[in-house]
Amino acid sequence: MQDKSSFNLDGDYYSSKFAEQRKGEGDTLILNLGPQHPSTHGVLRVMVELDGEYVRRAEPVLGYIHRMHEKMGEVKTYVQYLPNMGRVDYLHALAWNWAYVGAVERLMGIEVPPRAEYIRVITCELNRICSHLLWWGAYVLDLGGFTPILYAFDDRENIMDILQMVTGSRLTYCYYRFGGVSSDITSEFIAQTRAFVDRFRKRIPMYHDLVTGNMILRGRCEDIGVISLEMAKRYGATGPVLRGTGLPYDVRRAEPYSVYNQIDFDIPVSEAGDAMARYDVRLAELEQSLRIIEQALQQLPDGPYISADVPERIVPPKGEVYFAVEGARGKIGVYLISDGSDKPYRIKLRAPGYSNLHVFAELAQGTILADAISILGSLDLVIPEIDR
Amino acid sequence: MTTIRKTLNGLWSLIVGLKVTGKEFCKPWLTVHYPRQEVNNLNTYRGHIELVSLSDDPGKPKCVVCRRCEEICPSDCIRIEMHTPEESHLPDRPLMLISGVPLAGSVAKDPLCEGDKLLRVLDGFYLNYNMCSLCGLCVQNCPVSSLTFSQEVYLAGQKRSDFEFDLLQRLQEDAYKPIKSYH
Repeated sequence: MQDKSSFNLDGDYYSSKFAEQRKGEGDTLILNLGPQHPSTHGVLRVMVELDGEYVRRAEPVLGYIHRMHEKMGEVKTYVQYLPNMGRVDYLHALAWNWAYVGAVERLMGIEVPPRAEYIRVITCELNRICSHLLWWGAYVLDLGGFTPILYAFDDRENIMDILQMVTGSRLTYCYYRFGGVSSDITSEFIAQTRAFVDRFRKRIPMYHDLVTGNMILRGRCEDIGVISLEMAKRYGATGPVLRGTGLPYDVRRAEPYSVYNQIDFDIPVSEAGDAMARYDVRLAELEQSLRIIEQALQQLPDGPYISADVPERIVPPKGEVYFAVEGARGKIGVYLISDGSDKPYRIKLRAPGYSNLHVFAELAQGTILADAISILGSLDLVIPEIDR
Repeated sequence: MTTIRKTLNGLWSLIVGLKVTGKEFCKPWLTVHYPRQEVNNLNTYRGHIELVSLSDDPGKPKCVVCRRCEEICPSDCIRIEMHTPEESHLPDRPLMLISGVPLAGSVAKDPLCEGDKLLRVLDGFYLNYNMCSLCGLCVQNCPVSSLTFSQEVYLAGQKRSDFEFDLLQRLQEDAYKPIKSYH
Protein backbone atom coordinates (compact mmCIF):
# COMPACT_ATOMS: atom_id res chain seq x y z
CA MET A 1 0.00 0.00 0.00
CA GLN A 2 1.24 3.41 -0.86
CA ASP A 3 2.02 5.97 1.75
CA LYS A 4 -0.94 8.17 2.53
CA SER A 5 1.07 11.35 2.46
CA SER A 6 1.99 10.85 -1.18
CA PHE A 7 -1.61 11.60 -2.12
CA ASN A 8 -1.67 14.74 -0.02
CA LEU A 9 -4.93 13.68 1.56
CA ASP A 10 -4.62 16.07 4.47
CA GLY A 11 -4.15 19.09 2.30
CA ASP A 12 -7.69 20.04 1.37
CA TYR A 13 -9.59 22.82 3.02
CA TYR A 14 -12.03 20.61 4.86
CA SER A 15 -9.40 18.42 6.48
CA SER A 16 -7.28 21.30 7.63
CA LYS A 17 -10.00 23.64 8.88
CA PHE A 18 -13.09 21.62 9.71
CA ALA A 19 -12.37 17.96 10.38
CA GLU A 20 -10.50 18.38 13.67
CA GLN A 21 -12.96 20.81 15.20
CA ARG A 22 -15.97 18.74 14.26
CA LYS A 23 -14.90 15.72 16.26
CA GLY A 24 -17.44 15.04 18.98
CA GLU A 25 -19.50 18.09 18.11
CA GLY A 26 -22.65 16.18 17.37
CA ASP A 27 -24.62 16.07 14.19
CA THR A 28 -23.60 18.92 11.89
CA LEU A 29 -23.69 19.16 8.14
CA ILE A 30 -20.96 20.62 5.96
CA LEU A 31 -22.34 22.46 2.96
CA ASN A 32 -20.40 24.05 0.14
CA LEU A 33 -21.90 27.23 -1.23
CA GLY A 34 -20.10 27.50 -4.48
CA PRO A 35 -17.71 27.66 -6.20
CA GLN A 36 -20.60 27.66 -8.63
CA HIS A 37 -23.53 28.56 -6.42
CA PRO A 38 -25.64 31.28 -7.98
CA SER A 39 -25.67 33.34 -4.81
CA THR A 40 -21.94 33.87 -4.90
CA HIS A 41 -21.79 35.79 -8.19
CA GLY A 42 -18.73 34.15 -9.53
CA VAL A 43 -16.55 31.49 -8.13
CA LEU A 44 -16.50 32.14 -4.42
CA ARG A 45 -16.72 29.05 -2.32
CA VAL A 46 -18.13 29.37 1.16
CA MET A 47 -17.94 26.34 3.40
CA VAL A 48 -20.65 26.38 6.00
CA GLU A 49 -21.15 24.07 8.91
CA LEU A 50 -24.85 23.75 9.54
CA ASP A 51 -26.59 22.77 12.70
CA GLY A 52 -30.04 22.17 11.35
CA GLU A 53 -30.93 25.36 9.54
CA TYR A 54 -28.47 27.44 11.56
CA VAL A 55 -24.99 28.35 10.43
CA ARG A 56 -22.50 27.34 13.03
CA ARG A 57 -19.47 28.41 11.08
CA ALA A 58 -18.85 29.89 7.64
CA GLU A 59 -15.47 30.10 5.96
CA PRO A 60 -14.90 31.69 2.56
CA VAL A 61 -12.43 29.77 0.44
CA LEU A 62 -10.71 32.01 -2.06
CA GLY A 63 -8.53 31.73 -5.09
CA TYR A 64 -10.68 30.09 -7.73
CA ILE A 65 -10.30 32.99 -10.13
CA HIS A 66 -6.84 34.14 -9.15
CA ARG A 67 -5.20 35.46 -12.31
CA MET A 68 -1.94 36.82 -10.92
CA HIS A 69 -2.69 40.43 -11.78
CA GLU A 70 -0.05 41.64 -9.37
CA LYS A 71 2.58 39.34 -10.82
CA MET A 72 1.59 40.34 -14.35
CA GLY A 73 2.36 43.90 -13.37
CA GLU A 74 5.96 42.93 -12.78
CA VAL A 75 6.49 41.41 -16.20
CA LYS A 76 4.68 43.96 -18.33
CA THR A 77 5.63 47.53 -19.04
CA TYR A 78 3.60 50.31 -17.46
CA VAL A 79 1.54 50.83 -20.61
CA GLN A 80 1.00 47.16 -21.25
CA TYR A 81 -0.55 46.74 -17.82
CA LEU A 82 -3.44 49.09 -18.66
CA PRO A 83 -5.85 46.46 -20.05
CA ASN A 84 -5.42 44.36 -16.90
CA MET A 85 -7.11 47.07 -14.87
CA GLY A 86 -10.40 46.63 -16.69
CA ARG A 87 -10.45 43.01 -15.67
CA VAL A 88 -9.74 43.18 -11.96
CA ASP A 89 -13.24 44.40 -11.17
CA TYR A 90 -15.32 44.08 -14.30
CA LEU A 91 -18.24 45.99 -12.81
CA HIS A 92 -16.42 49.17 -11.91
CA ALA A 93 -13.54 48.88 -14.33
CA LEU A 94 -13.04 52.61 -14.75
CA ALA A 95 -12.29 53.12 -11.06
CA TRP A 96 -9.50 50.57 -11.33
CA ASN A 97 -8.29 52.25 -14.52
CA TRP A 98 -8.20 55.46 -12.58
CA ALA A 99 -6.41 54.07 -9.54
CA TYR A 100 -3.61 52.72 -11.71
CA VAL A 101 -3.11 55.66 -14.06
CA GLY A 102 -3.42 57.98 -11.07
CA ALA A 103 -0.61 56.16 -9.28
CA VAL A 104 1.71 56.34 -12.27
CA GLU A 105 0.81 59.98 -12.90
CA ARG A 106 1.60 60.82 -9.31
CA LEU A 107 4.91 58.98 -9.48
CA MET A 108 5.96 60.72 -12.69
CA GLY A 109 4.45 64.08 -11.89
CA ILE A 110 2.22 64.14 -14.97
CA GLU A 111 -0.37 66.90 -15.02
CA VAL A 112 -3.79 65.88 -16.25
CA PRO A 113 -5.62 68.54 -18.29
CA PRO A 114 -8.85 69.76 -16.63
CA ARG A 115 -11.05 68.48 -19.43
CA ALA A 116 -9.66 65.00 -18.98
CA GLU A 117 -10.32 65.17 -15.24
CA TYR A 118 -13.96 66.00 -15.86
CA ILE A 119 -14.29 63.30 -18.48
CA ARG A 120 -12.91 60.86 -15.95
CA VAL A 121 -15.38 61.98 -13.32
CA ILE A 122 -18.33 61.66 -15.69
CA THR A 123 -17.41 58.24 -17.04
CA CYS A 124 -16.39 56.88 -13.65
CA GLU A 125 -19.70 57.93 -12.08
CA LEU A 126 -21.68 56.46 -14.97
CA ASN A 127 -19.80 53.25 -14.39
CA ARG A 128 -20.59 53.43 -10.67
CA ILE A 129 -24.31 53.68 -11.40
CA CYS A 130 -23.91 50.74 -13.75
CA SER A 131 -22.26 48.70 -11.02
CA HIS A 132 -24.83 49.59 -8.35
CA LEU A 133 -27.66 48.74 -10.72
CA LEU A 134 -26.27 45.31 -11.36
CA TRP A 135 -25.78 44.77 -7.65
CA TRP A 136 -29.33 45.88 -7.00
CA GLY A 137 -30.76 43.52 -9.56
CA ALA A 138 -28.58 40.61 -8.53
CA TYR A 139 -29.26 41.11 -4.83
CA VAL A 140 -33.00 41.06 -5.29
CA LEU A 141 -32.50 38.05 -7.51
CA ASP A 142 -30.69 36.34 -4.64
CA LEU A 143 -33.63 37.05 -2.42
CA GLY A 144 -36.02 35.50 -4.90
CA GLY A 145 -37.35 38.44 -6.87
CA PHE A 146 -36.69 37.89 -10.53
CA THR A 147 -38.14 40.84 -12.42
CA PRO A 148 -36.29 43.78 -10.78
CA ILE A 149 -33.04 42.87 -12.50
CA LEU A 150 -34.73 43.40 -15.85
CA TYR A 151 -35.61 46.98 -14.89
CA ALA A 152 -32.03 47.51 -13.76
CA PHE A 153 -30.68 46.12 -17.01
CA ASP A 154 -32.86 48.46 -19.01
CA ASP A 155 -31.07 51.43 -17.45
CA ARG A 156 -27.76 49.68 -17.44
CA GLU A 157 -27.96 49.11 -21.19
CA ASN A 158 -28.40 52.84 -21.58
CA ILE A 159 -25.20 53.54 -19.67
CA MET A 160 -23.29 50.90 -21.56
CA ASP A 161 -24.41 52.39 -24.88
CA ILE A 162 -23.18 55.78 -23.70
CA LEU A 163 -19.85 54.43 -22.52
CA GLN A 164 -19.43 52.35 -25.66
CA MET A 165 -19.52 55.56 -27.65
CA VAL A 166 -16.28 56.83 -26.14
CA THR A 167 -14.53 53.75 -24.83
CA GLY A 168 -15.50 51.26 -27.49
CA SER A 169 -16.26 48.59 -24.92
CA ARG A 170 -19.25 47.71 -22.82
CA LEU A 171 -17.68 46.03 -19.82
CA THR A 172 -13.92 45.72 -19.50
CA TYR A 173 -12.96 49.28 -20.26
CA CYS A 174 -9.43 50.37 -20.99
CA TYR A 175 -10.14 54.05 -21.42
CA TYR A 176 -7.89 56.11 -19.17
CA ARG A 177 -4.34 56.81 -20.23
CA PHE A 178 -1.41 58.37 -18.44
CA GLY A 179 -2.18 62.07 -18.60
CA GLY A 180 -5.75 61.86 -19.81
CA VAL A 181 -8.16 59.58 -21.61
CA SER A 182 -7.85 57.75 -24.90
CA SER A 183 -10.52 59.65 -26.82
CA ASP A 184 -12.50 62.84 -26.40
CA ILE A 185 -16.18 62.84 -25.54
CA THR A 186 -18.49 63.99 -28.28
CA SER A 187 -21.49 66.29 -28.24
CA GLU A 188 -23.61 63.22 -28.81
CA PHE A 189 -22.14 61.67 -25.67
CA ILE A 190 -22.99 64.78 -23.67
CA ALA A 191 -26.52 64.93 -25.04
CA GLN A 192 -27.15 61.26 -24.34
CA THR A 193 -25.70 61.51 -20.84
CA ARG A 194 -27.95 64.48 -20.05
CA ALA A 195 -30.92 62.57 -21.37
CA PHE A 196 -29.95 59.58 -19.27
CA VAL A 197 -29.61 61.65 -16.10
CA ASP A 198 -33.09 63.09 -16.58
CA ARG A 199 -34.60 59.74 -17.37
CA PHE A 200 -32.90 57.89 -14.57
CA ARG A 201 -33.82 60.48 -11.96
CA LYS A 202 -37.46 59.86 -12.81
CA ARG A 203 -36.98 56.13 -12.59
CA ILE A 204 -35.44 56.00 -9.12
CA PRO A 205 -38.82 56.44 -7.36
CA MET A 206 -40.08 53.54 -9.45
CA TYR A 207 -37.20 51.42 -8.13
CA HIS A 208 -38.21 52.30 -4.59
CA ASP A 209 -41.86 51.48 -5.27
CA LEU A 210 -41.00 48.21 -6.89
CA VAL A 211 -38.55 46.89 -4.33
CA THR A 212 -37.49 49.10 -1.44
CA GLY A 213 -40.87 49.30 0.22
CA ASN A 214 -41.68 45.68 -0.42
CA MET A 215 -42.50 43.88 2.81
CA ILE A 216 -40.83 40.66 1.71
CA LEU A 217 -37.56 42.43 0.95
CA ARG A 218 -37.72 44.32 4.23
CA GLY A 219 -38.28 41.09 6.08
CA ARG A 220 -35.17 39.63 4.54
CA CYS A 221 -32.96 42.70 5.00
CA GLU A 222 -33.91 44.48 8.17
CA ASP A 223 -31.88 43.49 11.23
CA ILE A 224 -29.99 40.96 9.18
CA GLY A 225 -26.20 40.99 9.29
CA VAL A 226 -25.75 43.94 11.60
CA ILE A 227 -22.23 45.33 11.40
CA SER A 228 -21.08 47.70 14.10
CA LEU A 229 -18.72 50.53 13.29
CA GLU A 230 -16.05 48.93 15.44
CA MET A 231 -16.38 45.68 13.53
CA ALA A 232 -16.24 47.39 10.14
CA LYS A 233 -13.05 49.17 11.20
CA ARG A 234 -11.55 45.97 12.53
CA TYR A 235 -11.97 44.26 9.17
CA GLY A 236 -11.01 47.30 7.12
CA ALA A 237 -14.37 47.39 5.39
CA THR A 238 -14.93 50.38 3.13
CA GLY A 239 -17.51 51.70 0.73
CA PRO A 240 -21.22 51.21 1.28
CA VAL A 241 -20.50 48.49 3.86
CA LEU A 242 -18.69 51.02 6.05
CA ARG A 243 -21.10 53.86 5.29
CA GLY A 244 -23.93 51.53 6.21
CA THR A 245 -22.58 51.55 9.76
CA GLY A 246 -22.83 55.32 10.03
CA LEU A 247 -19.33 56.53 9.20
CA PRO A 248 -19.33 58.96 6.27
CA TYR A 249 -15.96 57.85 4.90
CA ASP A 250 -15.59 58.32 1.17
CA VAL A 251 -12.21 58.63 -0.55
CA ARG A 252 -13.65 61.28 -2.84
CA ARG A 253 -14.07 63.46 0.24
CA ALA A 254 -11.45 62.12 2.64
CA GLU A 255 -8.52 62.29 0.22
CA PRO A 256 -9.95 64.34 -2.65
CA TYR A 257 -8.43 63.45 -5.99
CA SER A 258 -9.12 64.88 -9.43
CA VAL A 259 -11.85 67.54 -9.37
CA TYR A 260 -14.11 66.00 -6.76
CA ASN A 261 -13.42 68.88 -4.38
CA GLN A 262 -15.05 71.25 -6.88
CA ILE A 263 -18.21 69.22 -7.03
CA ASP A 264 -20.98 69.36 -4.49
CA PHE A 265 -22.33 66.00 -3.38
CA ASP A 266 -23.39 64.29 -0.18
CA ILE A 267 -22.10 61.10 1.28
CA PRO A 268 -25.10 58.96 2.10
CA VAL A 269 -24.87 57.11 5.38
CA SER A 270 -27.17 54.91 7.34
CA GLU A 271 -26.80 54.18 11.03
CA ALA A 272 -28.43 50.79 11.25
CA GLY A 273 -25.57 48.65 9.95
CA ASP A 274 -27.86 45.90 8.67
CA ALA A 275 -28.35 44.69 5.11
CA MET A 276 -31.11 47.23 4.60
CA ALA A 277 -28.73 50.04 5.57
CA ARG A 278 -26.26 48.97 2.92
CA TYR A 279 -29.12 48.75 0.44
CA ASP A 280 -30.27 52.27 1.31
CA VAL A 281 -26.76 53.70 1.03
CA ARG A 282 -26.25 52.26 -2.44
CA LEU A 283 -29.57 53.50 -3.71
CA ALA A 284 -28.88 56.95 -2.29
CA GLU A 285 -25.51 56.89 -4.01
CA LEU A 286 -27.22 56.50 -7.36
CA GLU A 287 -28.78 59.92 -6.86
CA GLN A 288 -25.50 61.44 -5.73
CA SER A 289 -23.72 60.06 -8.79
CA LEU A 290 -26.36 61.71 -10.96
CA ARG A 291 -25.68 64.99 -9.19
CA ILE A 292 -21.96 64.64 -9.79
CA ILE A 293 -22.45 63.88 -13.48
CA GLU A 294 -24.76 66.85 -13.91
CA GLN A 295 -22.29 69.26 -12.30
CA ALA A 296 -19.33 67.82 -14.17
CA LEU A 297 -21.15 68.22 -17.48
CA GLN A 298 -21.95 71.80 -16.58
CA GLN A 299 -18.39 72.64 -15.58
CA LEU A 300 -16.78 70.69 -18.43
CA PRO A 301 -14.01 72.93 -19.80
CA ASP A 302 -12.59 72.96 -23.32
CA GLY A 303 -9.04 71.92 -23.99
CA PRO A 304 -7.03 68.82 -24.64
CA TYR A 305 -8.26 65.47 -23.42
CA ILE A 306 -4.77 64.12 -22.97
CA SER A 307 -1.65 65.85 -21.78
CA ALA A 308 0.95 66.62 -24.44
CA ASP A 309 3.80 66.29 -21.95
CA VAL A 310 3.52 62.55 -21.47
CA PRO A 311 6.77 60.97 -22.62
CA GLU A 312 6.54 58.30 -25.25
CA ARG A 313 8.30 55.81 -23.01
CA ILE A 314 6.84 55.57 -19.56
CA VAL A 315 9.84 55.17 -17.29
CA PRO A 316 9.05 56.58 -13.85
CA PRO A 317 11.86 57.59 -11.52
CA LYS A 318 12.85 55.35 -8.64
CA GLY A 319 10.35 55.54 -5.83
CA GLU A 320 7.04 54.38 -4.54
CA VAL A 321 3.53 55.72 -4.60
CA TYR A 322 0.09 54.94 -3.27
CA PHE A 323 -3.04 56.21 -4.90
CA ALA A 324 -6.58 55.46 -3.80
CA VAL A 325 -9.93 56.09 -5.41
CA GLU A 326 -13.47 55.38 -4.35
CA GLY A 327 -14.87 52.43 -6.24
CA ALA A 328 -18.43 51.17 -6.14
CA ARG A 329 -17.42 48.68 -3.48
CA GLY A 330 -15.06 50.84 -1.47
CA LYS A 331 -11.53 52.06 -1.38
CA ILE A 332 -9.46 50.92 -4.31
CA GLY A 333 -5.75 51.38 -3.76
CA VAL A 334 -2.76 50.86 -6.00
CA TYR A 335 0.64 50.72 -4.38
CA LEU A 336 3.45 50.88 -6.87
CA ILE A 337 7.19 50.58 -6.48
CA SER A 338 9.42 51.64 -9.33
CA ASP A 339 13.07 50.67 -9.59
CA GLY A 340 13.65 53.13 -12.42
CA SER A 341 13.09 50.62 -15.23
CA ASP A 342 10.24 50.45 -17.72
CA LYS A 343 8.46 47.77 -15.70
CA PRO A 344 7.08 48.16 -12.18
CA TYR A 345 9.11 46.46 -9.48
CA ARG A 346 5.95 45.64 -7.55
CA ILE A 347 2.27 46.44 -7.81
CA LYS A 348 -0.01 45.87 -4.87
CA LEU A 349 -3.72 46.11 -5.53
CA ARG A 350 -5.98 46.84 -2.61
CA ALA A 351 -9.35 45.39 -3.48
CA PRO A 352 -12.21 46.61 -1.28
CA GLY A 353 -14.17 43.40 -1.79
CA TYR A 354 -11.46 41.38 -0.10
CA SER A 355 -11.84 43.22 3.19
CA ASN A 356 -15.62 43.40 2.89
CA LEU A 357 -15.90 39.67 2.32
CA HIS A 358 -14.17 38.76 5.54
CA VAL A 359 -16.90 40.40 7.56
CA PHE A 360 -19.09 37.59 6.34
CA ALA A 361 -17.52 34.80 8.40
CA GLU A 362 -18.36 36.60 11.62
CA LEU A 363 -21.76 37.88 10.49
CA ALA A 364 -23.04 34.54 9.32
CA GLN A 365 -22.35 32.81 12.62
CA GLY A 366 -25.61 31.85 14.28
CA THR A 367 -27.90 33.04 11.50
CA ILE A 368 -30.12 30.80 9.47
CA LEU A 369 -28.82 29.82 6.05
CA ALA A 370 -31.28 31.96 4.10
CA ASP A 371 -30.11 35.04 6.01
CA ALA A 372 -26.50 34.17 5.30
CA ILE A 373 -27.30 34.38 1.58
CA SER A 374 -28.89 37.77 2.12
CA ILE A 375 -25.81 38.96 4.02
CA LEU A 376 -23.48 37.69 1.33
CA GLY A 377 -25.44 39.53 -1.33
CA SER A 378 -25.61 42.74 0.66
CA LEU A 379 -21.81 42.97 0.77
CA ASP A 380 -21.71 43.42 -3.03
CA LEU A 381 -18.87 41.05 -3.78
CA VAL A 382 -17.12 40.83 -7.09
CA ILE A 383 -15.01 37.72 -6.94
CA PRO A 384 -12.49 38.55 -9.69
CA GLU A 385 -11.60 41.60 -7.66
CA ILE A 386 -11.23 39.63 -4.45
CA ASP A 387 -8.99 36.98 -5.99
CA ARG A 388 -7.22 39.33 -8.41
CA MET B 1 -52.80 47.25 16.70
CA THR B 2 -49.30 47.81 15.35
CA THR B 3 -49.25 44.29 13.95
CA ILE B 4 -52.41 44.98 11.99
CA ARG B 5 -51.02 48.26 10.69
CA LYS B 6 -47.75 46.59 9.75
CA THR B 7 -49.57 43.88 7.86
CA LEU B 8 -51.73 46.40 6.03
CA ASN B 9 -48.68 48.50 5.15
CA GLY B 10 -46.93 45.40 3.93
CA LEU B 11 -49.83 44.39 1.76
CA TRP B 12 -50.05 47.90 0.37
CA SER B 13 -46.34 47.74 -0.54
CA LEU B 14 -47.08 44.67 -2.62
CA ILE B 15 -49.86 46.48 -4.44
CA VAL B 16 -47.56 49.44 -5.14
CA GLY B 17 -44.99 47.06 -6.58
CA LEU B 18 -47.59 45.32 -8.71
CA LYS B 19 -48.75 48.69 -10.00
CA VAL B 20 -45.24 49.29 -11.38
CA THR B 21 -45.22 45.86 -12.99
CA GLY B 22 -48.65 46.44 -14.45
CA LYS B 23 -47.66 49.77 -15.93
CA GLU B 24 -44.54 48.33 -17.50
CA PHE B 25 -46.59 45.45 -18.89
CA CYS B 26 -48.58 47.88 -21.02
CA LYS B 27 -45.48 49.62 -22.39
CA PRO B 28 -43.93 48.66 -25.73
CA TRP B 29 -41.09 46.18 -26.03
CA LEU B 30 -37.65 47.35 -25.02
CA THR B 31 -35.69 44.39 -26.24
CA VAL B 32 -34.43 44.15 -29.78
CA HIS B 33 -35.57 41.11 -31.70
CA TYR B 34 -32.39 39.97 -33.32
CA PRO B 35 -32.00 38.94 -36.14
CA ARG B 36 -35.16 40.66 -37.35
CA GLN B 37 -33.99 43.91 -35.75
CA GLU B 38 -30.62 45.34 -34.87
CA VAL B 39 -29.46 47.71 -32.18
CA ASN B 40 -28.76 51.18 -33.46
CA ASN B 41 -25.27 51.74 -32.11
CA LEU B 42 -23.23 49.29 -34.10
CA ASN B 43 -21.22 52.18 -35.48
CA THR B 44 -19.52 52.68 -32.12
CA TYR B 45 -18.63 49.01 -31.85
CA ARG B 46 -14.93 48.32 -31.70
CA GLY B 47 -13.88 45.13 -33.40
CA HIS B 48 -10.44 43.80 -34.26
CA ILE B 49 -7.87 46.18 -35.70
CA GLU B 50 -7.46 46.80 -39.37
CA LEU B 51 -4.88 48.52 -41.54
CA VAL B 52 -5.75 51.89 -43.02
CA SER B 53 -4.89 52.38 -46.64
CA LEU B 54 -3.27 55.38 -48.25
CA SER B 55 -5.77 57.83 -49.63
CA ASP B 56 -4.32 57.55 -53.12
CA ASP B 57 -3.90 53.79 -53.17
CA PRO B 58 -6.53 51.67 -51.44
CA GLY B 59 -4.38 48.54 -51.72
CA LYS B 60 -1.42 49.95 -49.83
CA PRO B 61 -1.32 50.57 -46.09
CA LYS B 62 -0.11 53.74 -44.46
CA CYS B 63 2.10 51.56 -42.28
CA VAL B 64 5.74 52.61 -42.12
CA VAL B 65 6.84 49.35 -40.46
CA CYS B 66 8.12 51.04 -37.31
CA ARG B 67 6.84 48.03 -35.34
CA ARG B 68 5.65 50.09 -32.39
CA CYS B 69 2.31 48.27 -32.36
CA GLU B 70 4.12 44.96 -32.20
CA GLU B 71 6.21 46.22 -29.31
CA ILE B 72 3.45 47.78 -27.22
CA CYS B 73 0.87 45.02 -27.55
CA PRO B 74 0.29 43.61 -24.05
CA SER B 75 -0.71 40.21 -25.39
CA ASP B 76 1.75 39.78 -28.27
CA CYS B 77 -1.04 39.60 -30.81
CA ILE B 78 0.73 41.35 -33.63
CA ARG B 79 3.46 39.88 -35.78
CA ILE B 80 4.97 41.90 -38.58
CA GLU B 81 6.93 40.46 -41.44
CA MET B 82 9.08 42.74 -43.53
CA HIS B 83 12.14 42.75 -45.67
CA THR B 84 14.78 45.23 -46.65
CA PRO B 85 15.18 45.35 -50.38
CA GLU B 86 18.64 45.53 -51.92
CA GLU B 87 17.76 47.79 -54.82
CA SER B 88 14.45 49.42 -55.37
CA HIS B 89 13.04 52.61 -56.74
CA LEU B 90 11.36 55.19 -54.57
CA PRO B 91 7.63 55.47 -54.54
CA ASP B 92 6.87 58.92 -55.82
CA ARG B 93 4.48 60.32 -53.28
CA PRO B 94 4.55 62.67 -50.31
CA LEU B 95 4.01 61.39 -46.80
CA MET B 96 0.47 61.98 -45.64
CA LEU B 97 -0.26 61.62 -41.96
CA ILE B 98 -3.77 62.97 -42.29
CA SER B 99 -5.36 61.69 -45.45
CA GLY B 100 -5.15 64.20 -48.25
CA VAL B 101 -2.79 66.58 -46.47
CA PRO B 102 0.86 66.15 -47.48
CA LEU B 103 3.24 66.58 -44.57
CA ALA B 104 5.33 69.72 -44.88
CA GLY B 105 8.89 69.04 -46.02
CA SER B 106 8.18 65.47 -47.01
CA VAL B 107 7.70 65.91 -50.73
CA ALA B 108 8.19 62.65 -52.53
CA LYS B 109 9.95 61.28 -49.50
CA ASP B 110 8.64 58.44 -47.50
CA PRO B 111 9.59 57.45 -43.95
CA LEU B 112 10.20 54.02 -45.37
CA CYS B 113 13.04 55.49 -47.35
CA GLU B 114 16.40 56.89 -46.55
CA GLY B 115 18.10 58.82 -49.31
CA ASP B 116 17.24 56.94 -52.46
CA LYS B 117 16.86 53.57 -50.84
CA LEU B 118 13.70 51.91 -49.72
CA LEU B 119 14.30 50.77 -46.14
CA ARG B 120 11.45 48.48 -45.22
CA VAL B 121 8.72 46.72 -47.08
CA LEU B 122 5.73 45.28 -45.26
CA ASP B 123 5.22 41.65 -46.22
CA GLY B 124 2.63 40.59 -43.72
CA PHE B 125 0.73 42.03 -40.80
CA TYR B 126 -0.52 39.12 -38.75
CA LEU B 127 -3.07 39.59 -36.01
CA ASN B 128 -3.87 36.85 -33.54
CA TYR B 129 -7.31 38.01 -32.47
CA ASN B 130 -7.65 35.08 -30.06
CA MET B 131 -5.52 36.92 -27.55
CA CYS B 132 -6.46 40.52 -28.27
CA SER B 133 -8.17 42.41 -25.46
CA LEU B 134 -9.07 45.41 -27.62
CA CYS B 135 -7.30 47.89 -25.38
CA GLY B 136 -6.49 50.10 -28.35
CA LEU B 137 -2.89 50.76 -27.41
CA CYS B 138 -1.64 49.83 -30.88
CA VAL B 139 -4.14 52.14 -32.54
CA GLN B 140 -3.14 54.98 -30.26
CA ASN B 141 0.55 54.27 -30.58
CA CYS B 142 0.66 54.25 -34.39
CA PRO B 143 2.56 57.34 -35.53
CA VAL B 144 0.91 57.46 -38.97
CA SER B 145 -2.65 56.40 -38.03
CA SER B 146 -2.34 53.25 -40.02
CA LEU B 147 -4.46 51.23 -37.61
CA THR B 148 -8.14 51.50 -36.88
CA PHE B 149 -10.85 49.37 -35.33
CA SER B 150 -13.05 47.44 -37.65
CA GLN B 151 -16.76 47.18 -37.01
CA GLU B 152 -17.17 43.50 -37.49
CA VAL B 153 -19.88 42.81 -34.96
CA TYR B 154 -20.87 39.37 -36.08
CA LEU B 155 -17.47 37.79 -36.23
CA ALA B 156 -17.73 34.17 -35.23
CA GLY B 157 -15.71 31.06 -35.81
CA GLN B 158 -15.17 27.52 -34.71
CA LYS B 159 -11.40 27.22 -34.89
CA ARG B 160 -8.58 29.25 -33.52
CA SER B 161 -7.35 29.83 -37.03
CA ASP B 162 -10.61 31.66 -37.80
CA PHE B 163 -9.29 34.49 -35.69
CA GLU B 164 -5.82 34.71 -37.11
CA PHE B 165 -5.79 37.36 -39.76
CA ASP B 166 -3.29 38.67 -42.25
CA LEU B 167 -4.38 42.28 -42.22
CA LEU B 168 -2.30 43.22 -45.25
CA GLN B 169 -4.02 40.58 -47.30
CA ARG B 170 -7.44 41.72 -46.04
CA LEU B 171 -6.63 45.26 -47.03
CA GLN B 172 -5.63 44.23 -50.51
CA GLU B 173 -8.72 42.08 -50.93
CA ASP B 174 -10.99 44.83 -49.66
CA ALA B 175 -9.39 47.38 -51.95
CA TYR B 176 -11.21 46.03 -54.94
CA LYS B 177 -14.61 45.70 -53.35
CA PRO B 178 -16.93 48.61 -54.06
CA ILE B 179 -18.04 49.57 -50.53
CA LYS B 180 -17.15 47.87 -47.30
CA SER B 181 -20.22 47.11 -45.28
CA TYR B 182 -20.72 44.84 -42.32
CA HIS B 183 -24.29 45.58 -41.49
